[in-house]
Amino acid sequence: MSVLVYTENWDGKFKKLSYELVSYGSKVAEMLGTTTTAVTIGNVNDDELNTLGKYGADKVLCLQSENLKNLDSQLYTNAIAKVAQDEGSKVIVISNNNSGKSIAPRLSVKLKAALGSGVSQLPLSTSPFTVYKRTFSGAAFAHVVLKTDVKIITLTQNSFDIVENSKQVKVERVDFQTDAPKTVVKDVQKQTGKLLLTDAEIVVSGGRGMKSPDNWGPLEELAELLGGATACSRPVSDEGWRPHEEHTGQTGKIIAPNLYIAVGISGATQHIAGVSGSKYIVAINNDKTAPIFEVAQYGIVGDAQKVLPQLVEAVKEIKGK
Amino acid sequence: MKILVCISHVPDTTTKVKFVDGDTKLDTNGIQWVINPWDELSLTRALELKDNASTGVSSVTVAHVGPATTEPTIRKALAIGADNAIRVNADPADAYFVAAQLAEVVKQEQFDIIMCGIESSDYNGSAVGSMLAEFLDIPSVSAVSGLNIENNEAIITREIDGGKETVTVPTPFVAIVQKGIAKEPRIAAMRGIMMARSKPIKVIEPVAIDPLTEYVKFELPKPRAACKFVDPENPKELITLLQNETKLI
Repeated sequence: MSVLVYTENWDGKFKKLSYELVSYGSKVAEMLGTTTTAVTIGNVNDDELNTLGKYGADKVLCLQSENLKNLDSQLYTNAIAKVAQDEGSKVIVISNNNSGKSIAPRLSVKLKAALGSGVSQLPLSTSPFTVYKRTFSGAAFAHVVLKTDVKIITLTQNSFDIVENSKQVKVERVDFQTDAPKTVVKDVQKQTGKLLLTDAEIVVSGGRGMKSPDNWGPLEELAELLGGATACSRPVSDEGWRPHEEHTGQTGKIIAPNLYIAVGISGATQHIAGVSGSKYIVAINNDKTAPIFEVAQYGIVGDAQKVLPQLVEAVKEIKGK
Repeated sequence: MKILVCISHVPDTTTKVKFVDGDTKLDTNGIQWVINPWDELSLTRALELKDNASTGVSSVTVAHVGPATTEPTIRKALAIGADNAIRVNADPADAYFVAAQLAEVVKQEQFDIIMCGIESSDYNGSAVGSMLAEFLDIPSVSAVSGLNIENNEAIITREIDGGKETVTVPTPFVAIVQKGIAKEPRIAAMRGIMMARSKPIKVIEPVAIDPLTEYVKFELPKPRAACKFVDPENPKELITLLQNETKLI
């Protein structure tokens, strides 16, 4: 019956996110007493495919087709549905990222399989099959029973630790036949050389308290020293101080890093909604009544312009730079 | 071209949610209801497209699945500028149920572009738009941050992990919209509010669909430990704490 994990690759490479999904899928398979199959689409070399075995994949399928070069939600859905049916998969695990959100709901209709989306833990029970997910933009969590024979779960990024669980993995390549895609890609603009906000384990984020877009230097330096990404609050992206891709909050990016450092951000409900999944929140704000301090574990009531350079120096010291 | 914008009726974000009946149901007492923020952005973009004569957009319709009590939310969409509205008279049981009902709406009246918000701020499913497209067997494009119509063709910008792509798809299609598509939602002017009163809301009865999921229990997040404050004169202490206590740096 197997658990099927859709592991997206980026130009033939897997990211931590793929290993999280396989780790999660193989734990669900253990709960059900079955095996884990990972499926990926595109040109991926054998070494890379074999790495999935380290995190618990018993079998890896690599689908290859010229028509699947770019994401076309219909074709990708059809491909994963076909694999799920061939494998007799009872649970399908997909990332809750942009591509996952475009495939999983379609797959739910195609297979008439209940969808538990934005899940952040292992199922609470397998009978009835109950998942735990974020609702009301992080203001509450829900226990959701997936009532169908086949179930689909989309897993929130960074919510499940990678677990090594080495298996003797069997890798198969499949020449996959499909129709021509209806989604035609005319242009691609890749963000290069920068850690993606959704992938980052440490995020340093600035709000209106930064006072001017010219003051971002020390914030970016701190993020770089910590190996993290930069983010911002909504007013900052609305003002055009930072690109809207950096906006974290209810209508921006929902992120769940290990450490979120909020600088000059008061912590409006909408902002908290986007970052409440963080393991630790640090707040730096000159207003001691700012709501961000209610959700932060560590805080400094002070001026960002004075505090940030000192934090940069302290990190340089411990990193020996 | 005809555009359909699917709207959902959600508690205002600042509402403190509470639950009743042994934490199985949302306590609706005192909730201020609004159009789901991403749906409002979709509506804004749809109206901007209609305002530009070169796009050939002739009408913007809103569709909603909900009981009669949700009509003020639909009236708000009409006041902002939607031309007409359709309400499927049913409690929205789950995303699958809602998408199936919306698919019936689309089958009854043809639309070229169907817009849905990327998620709703209540159940955060990110599911209805893509499910609707699959029910209709038409293309869908997710994480759309730009939508234009040039020479009768939709030019779409979508966010991918690590960048952006410009894509085209044939109509009809579903655009699943995120931030960036439009800047600020429009505010209903008095004239719009007056006009909205006379605009029709077509009410249709639901088709029989069994939901695939059931929300059996809600819980509030566990309170975080109280904030540990560091002396602003000695910010380095923060780094020491993060190093020793969180082991993250």
